[in-house]
Amino acid sequence: MSMLDWWMQVLGIIIVVGPFLLLVGLGIPPLLSVKLSERAVSRSVQFVTSVGLLAGLGLLGLMLSTGKRHVPIVLAHWVDIPDYHMLLKIEFDRLSVPFVILTFLLCGTISAFSAKYMHREGGFNRFHMLYALFLTGMIVTSVSGTIETLFAGWEMVGLSSALLVAFYQERPAPMRNGLHVWVVYRVSDAALLLASIWLHHLRGHGNFDAFLGATPWPDGKTILSSWDALFVGVLLLAAAIGKSALVPTSGWLPRAMEGPTPSSAVFYGALSVHLGAFLLLRVSPLLDQSLLLSALVVVVGLTTAIFAALFTRVQTDIKCALSFASLTQVGLIVAEIGLGFRYLALIHILGHGCVRTLQFVRAPTLLLDHRRLEDALGTRLGSQYAPPPEEAADSFRSRFYRWAMERGYLDAFLVERCVRPILAIFVFCDSLERRWTDWLSGTRSRRTEYLQRHTGTADDLP
Amino acid sequence: MTELHFPWLDALVLMPLIAAVLVGQLHDAFVARKWAIVASGITLLLAICAWQDFGIMDRSQADDAWHLSTMLFGRELFAMDRLSAPLLPLTALLYFLTALTTQRTKIRRFSFGLMLLSEGLVLGTFASLDPWMIIGLTIAGTVPPLLELLGRKRSVRVYLTYQSVFILCLFFGWMFAAAEGNVKVHTLWAIVPLLLAVLIRSGMAPVHGWLTDLFGNATLGTALLTAAPLPGMYLAVRLLLPIAPDWILQSMGLVSLFTAVYAAGMSLVQREARRFFCYLFLSHSAMVLVGLEMVTPIGVTGALCLWLSVGLSLGGLGLVIRAVEARCGRVHLDDYLGLYEHMPLVAVCFFLMAIGSVGFPGTLGFVGAELLIDGAVEAYPSIGAAVIVAATLNGIAIMRAYFLIFTGKRHSTTVNLNMLMRERIAILTLVVLILGGGIWPQPGVLLRHQAARELLERTGHPAALTTPAYSHAHGEGHQADPDAMPNRDAPPQ
Repeated sequence: MSMLDWWMQVLGIIIVVGPFLLLVGLGIPPLLSVKLSERAVSRSVQFVTSVGLLAGLGLLGLMLSTGKRHVPIVLAHWVDIPDYHMLLKIEFDRLSVPFVILTFLLCGTISAFSAKYMHREGGFNRFHMLYALFLTGMIVTSVSGTIETLFAGWEMVGLSSALLVAFYQERPAPMRNGLHVWVVYRVSDAALLLASIWLHHLRGHGNFDAFLGATPWPDGKTILSSWDALFVGVLLLAAAIGKSALVPTSGWLPRAMEGPTPSSAVFYGALSVHLGAFLLLRVSPLLDQSLLLSALVVVVGLTTAIFAALFTRVQTDIKCALSFASLTQVGLIVAEIGLGFRYLALIHILGHGCVRTLQFVRAPTLLLDHRRLEDALGTRLGSQYAPPPEEAADSFRSRFYRWAMERGYLDAFLVERCVRPILAIFVFCDSLERRWTDWLSGTRSRRTEYLQRHTGTADDLP
Repeated sequence: MTELHFPWLDALVLMPLIAAVLVGQLHDAFVARKWAIVASGITLLLAICAWQDFGIMDRSQADDAWHLSTMLFGRELFAMDRLSAPLLPLTALLYFLTALTTQRTKIRRFSFGLMLLSEGLVLGTFASLDPWMIIGLTIAGTVPPLLELLGRKRSVRVYLTYQSVFILCLFFGWMFAAAEGNVKVHTLWAIVPLLLAVLIRSGMAPVHGWLTDLFGNATLGTALLTAAPLPGMYLAVRLLLPIAPDWILQSMGLVSLFTAVYAAGMSLVQREARRFFCYLFLSHSAMVLVGLEMVTPIGVTGALCLWLSVGLSLGGLGLVIRAVEARCGRVHLDDYLGLYEHMPLVAVCFFLMAIGSVGFPGTLGFVGAELLIDGAVEAYPSIGAAVIVAATLNGIAIMRAYFLIFTGKRHSTTVNLNMLMRERIAILTLVVLILGGGIWPQPGVLLRHQAARELLERTGHPAALTTPAYSHAHGEGHQADPDAMPNRDAPPQ
């Protein structure tokens, strides 16, 4: 191994280990009931993101100077038994390195922003612990060299996202929205898990090289048959739909705005919302193998872009408007991927992520900015907001407006037609079980459910 | 058979039984708790020593040194193999932590004497390879919860009905199997009752009513200890797997698969934390049974890994819910309680245990779940999909419970509700095991794989023979064992 190769390996390991150590460093003290100071927490996050960013840039420089397009690093044989092999492998290529740099850049910027924004907030340390979990998840997902490693990072991002939506935990609304986001994530994660297991089953291990070809991204050629590619691709597309809030799961995106602005910015403006597109880019050789799959990706992307553009026009608060504007771009990016414009999609992600993050962090001072801009221009700025139709006779416009306000009734459809019927079945089964045990025991078997609840404070307990 | 270096097994079974008699005489509950902690702590040490001693010997089976039980009863009562070796410290740990975390508010309701009696019986079951010994101890193990229900003046009809059927099926099923001897295919008179017994003891739907009733009416500690070590799985492995034809295993797999999804769905609509926990537990134990039924090395390895993960994660989750109940009474899930502010460490531990139980990456359950699903996809792809559905529903249920218990409103109290030091030690021990096993899973998975292979070889399932042993594949370590146990009751099918 040459010295340059050795340096690339070292930098690659720093990129992955840094966020993991940050997560451990911020996660263990609360378990030992040790409270870290705000300054220590902020500095440690900024230090890790800075080091990671420098390592990412260094790696990029080395890769450009040596002309290497693919740097795989095997960290460990996580599980190694006959018939089953799980590798802890990361790889740096033209897709993962820009994503790593973008992640560290935006997470570093937002951590500096949140040090002020979250100052003296009750859950300051909790926020940063979850932020560290998100950072670790993003980096692991970006550099994963196996489908299992990607799944691990994917889950970390989902968990941190749901818990940050529910960050303000003294009110019920964020909890409901956090649970909604979690449900969508879990369902999409199930699709990813099934795809992961299926690929593992086909090849005996989940190494990307084994089924996406050994040629560096984006020139890989899959060895899967077109039907296998279609089956796995549809599952991966379902995972991407959930994670990137594509149609028909777009309804969770405005709900996710319940979280603190810094996390909204970095999650739903820049990084997390692009993760579905990243997944599709990573497995793009599968798209090349199946025309039907590519067409499906284009349809999903364009539908999302059109829907989100319409939803944006009628939003009445800036964060929701920005989130749908973000989704419009994500839809276009997905369509670009389906059409085969891989580099264009990657550049689109990088540019859009940076711009949208800036817009999100400026959102709390929107009115001030607006006034300053008008003062500078010396005239009134026109509104981008489409007001509700005034003429009652214009029933089409009214219905269309209402449709956009209700986000295409997609949320209502999923909740009323998919979730509630399933829950109703289990509620019915529960009532049957209650009757059965009541009959068998000859009394009320669930006596504690009938007891009067204690509604006072714990001090009043006998 | 190879001997351990000390009569660990006799000691670890006798210690809690003797302590049960002595502690049962004490009238002061605080003194009883103190001695119960000491006795269960010593039992845990003995179990760890037995496990380590067995591990150092690297044999597939071993019995006690000095042969004390042979001198007394004319035969060796206890032995251990690769399957049961880690189950002994796991069970002893759960009992020790339950005694350690019993709060002042619960101390008069929870019988430490019965807890120690139950510990001795369960450890005796796991330390037995002889079928009649397993059956006798399992049947005896149904008594302590019954005594507690009677002591609490609760209706015992549900528990008695199910347990009577269980005992009859277990006893007569094995009686027929033993009477038929080493035949290639046992009759349905033997197989069906044994299958029913295993399903009842494991709490598979639709014969799970006794377990939900027990969680509702017994103390949470007793219900937890009755369920968490998964003695039903042990019955399945020792009694049913060696003699059951494929179609019976497939039937068991279908029932357990249905239970995994059904219980996961039921945990979503429960209005009490105890019942939520019970269904969560049932769903996971059903997944273990699904893995065992697949009789492929990967599937069984996944099931055995998941067995340990379920014991630790859900055992820990049960202890956390018990800690919340000790402070706030019964925990209802039909409204937000907002307890995070007053017990942040309890909330964090609840969350870690919960995500550990659903196999979140980096926890002990992750690799087990991956292996299980991979084995399922290998055997029948639709089973893999159903297991994923169950895991998804469980994941949603745990987040719902977390939000309802710890968030959603501001809870008012001036009383300190946070964890005591001994609770903290107990729960953090489990956290370390769950995260440690998740970050470095290879040693545990390798041992479970060896246990799975031996189990399949012993039960004569051809799938085991198609896979090279780890030592052959990697040219290291594990040597061929002269003590490999032949199938006791049935020839290879």
